[in-house]
Amino acid sequence: MSKTVEDIEKEIVAEFDIYDDWLDRYNYLIEIGKYLPLIDPTYKIESNLIHGCQSRVWLHAEMQDGRVVFSADSDAVITRGIISLLIRALSNQTPDDIMAAPLKFITLIGLKEHLSPSRSNGLISMVKQMKFYALAFKSK
Amino acid sequence: MKLSIEQIRSEFPILSQTAYGKPLVYFDNAATTQKPVCVIKALSDYYTSLNSNVHRGAHYLSIKASEAYENVRRQIQHFLHAGYAHEIVFTRGTTESINLVAATYGRKFIGVADEIIISHIEHHSNIVPWQMLCEEKGAKLKVIPVFDNGELDFEAFLNLLNERTRLLALTHVSNTLGTIVPVQKYIEAAHQCGVLVLIDGAQAAAHMKIDVQELDCDFYGFSGHKAYGPMGIGVLYGKEKWLNAMPPYQGGGEMILNVSFEKSTYNELPYKFEAGTPNVADAIALGKALEYIGELGVDQIEKREKELLDYLTQRLTEIPDIRIIGTASEKTSIVSFLIGEIHPYDAGTIIDRFGIAVRTGNHCNQPIMDRFGVPGTIRASLAFYNTTEEIDRLIEAIEKVKQMFA
Ligand SMILES: Cc1ncc(COP(=O)(O)O)c(C=O)c1O
Repeated sequence: MSKTVEDIEKEIVAEFDIYDDWLDRYNYLIEIGKYLPLIDPTYKIESNLIHGCQSRVWLHAEMQDGRVVFSADSDAVITRGIISLLIRALSNQTPDDIMAAPLKFITLIGLKEHLSPSRSNGLISMVKQMKFYALAFKSK
Repeated sequence: MKLSIEQIRSEFPILSQTAYGKPLVYFDNAATTQKPVCVIKALSDYYTSLNSNVHRGAHYLSIKASEAYENVRRQIQHFLHAGYAHEIVFTRGTTESINLVAATYGRKFIGVADEIIISHIEHHSNIVPWQMLCEEKGAKLKVIPVFDNGELDFEAFLNLLNERTRLLALTHVSNTLGTIVPVQKYIEAAHQCGVLVLIDGAQAAAHMKIDVQELDCDFYGFSGHKAYGPMGIGVLYGKEKWLNAMPPYQGGGEMILNVSFEKSTYNELPYKFEAGTPNVADAIALGKALEYIGELGVDQIEKREKELLDYLTQRLTEIPDIRIIGTASEKTSIVSFLIGEIHPYDAGTIIDRFGIAVRTGNHCNQPIMDRFGVPGTIRASLAFYNTTEEIDRLIEAIEKVKQMFA
């Protein structure tokens, strides 16, 4: 049995809870963002690009055994960190679970502002796009 | 300056706020400037004791409001050193000022195969309206190239001028690089070829003296909110002869003399271009802002901002790996930079958490980012109420960013 979205969200929140200071949280996020190879370079193409005026996000999705597998990347490290958390939570889940995912952890770990439209970093569109992919795979 | 920095800062209530528990450092003045108490108070005073529609009712309040509104027009005339008050048109801001010229002058006088010249360092507001016009008319857009230091290539501009050129739309100051464009020589050269010139003054107004008669530009636009006034009000200056020759912008009340279903006759200048109930409150508050700037003295503001620019540039230059984008010999206090290979979004996120407001991204200037091959920049834009201590705090934040992303 793989973990549910909710389980993973709880795990992430617990990991970030160790750090009281915002700087340490960002440092942790930067570590996560730095070292994860996220997307196969052949998918880092214009058609997978989500435009934001500040940072760019590439997102690729495919269906494997009834579950959606996401991979993604960004040109900014903090954005990469958040992306890898989102992928951890949503990749390898069923379309239904992805569409229903609350994704509260972003707020709980103090990164909510990165998902605000004023940031224009492509993250909001990325979450939307992940849910769209889930919907699209489900209706196939 | 006559006033101490403490006295000046106390006039701007927002500056004493905290952000993330730290004293706010506001370095995003090119996006919008903060407002002095006199401007904030003018807004509430207007709605408390003066509010009524202008130029219409012949009653006590309407007469007073109309007088106050027209007084601001005269104030702006003097601020820009324009010949006549009726050459001053109220708009929503620079964007609307430029669109007004494109939609009226442009639509009437620019045709197939005509050419419009802009520069590589224009804000999107001074690119897109001309692109739209060119598309509609089958006209061509030509672009003055920019050197690596952020200065424009005057020789290249001279080569672009030809008998098909109708208009030059040029920024006075680059909002991304801080370059002060020596617009006067561009205007002279354009006029020798019979080409009209519109100057985008969004980043110049309130930072330097502006004399539209000395410049001899045909149009000049700026935004109130970037000149310590409120949002939603701006100015278009136009030479009387062109404004008279131009068709109206929008139709409605205020802009007509007589209306019948057969034909309407248009009102005289400047009302021909001000359809509908104008933004009286914000205009009056803009008047207060210009009064405030006048009291400080534009030359004093310019001197102080130059000191801040020099200090910031020097402190940045001391840090290895800092790349300043825009090193023109004449600049306003706008500094775009990158820290090594660190993405501006990453740097901006951390700098923000230090309570420092800078802007990151492409600054509505995508062509410049492409020209310099960067995904965006970090931009600190300073105003006379900023301090060297605040600059020191930015430098500390940059050091921290370097550590974190090393
Ligand atoms: C050079 C320049 N032109 C035009 C504008 C547009 O001004 P507004 O948004 O106030 O109309 C700006 C604002 O950023 C600017 O910096």
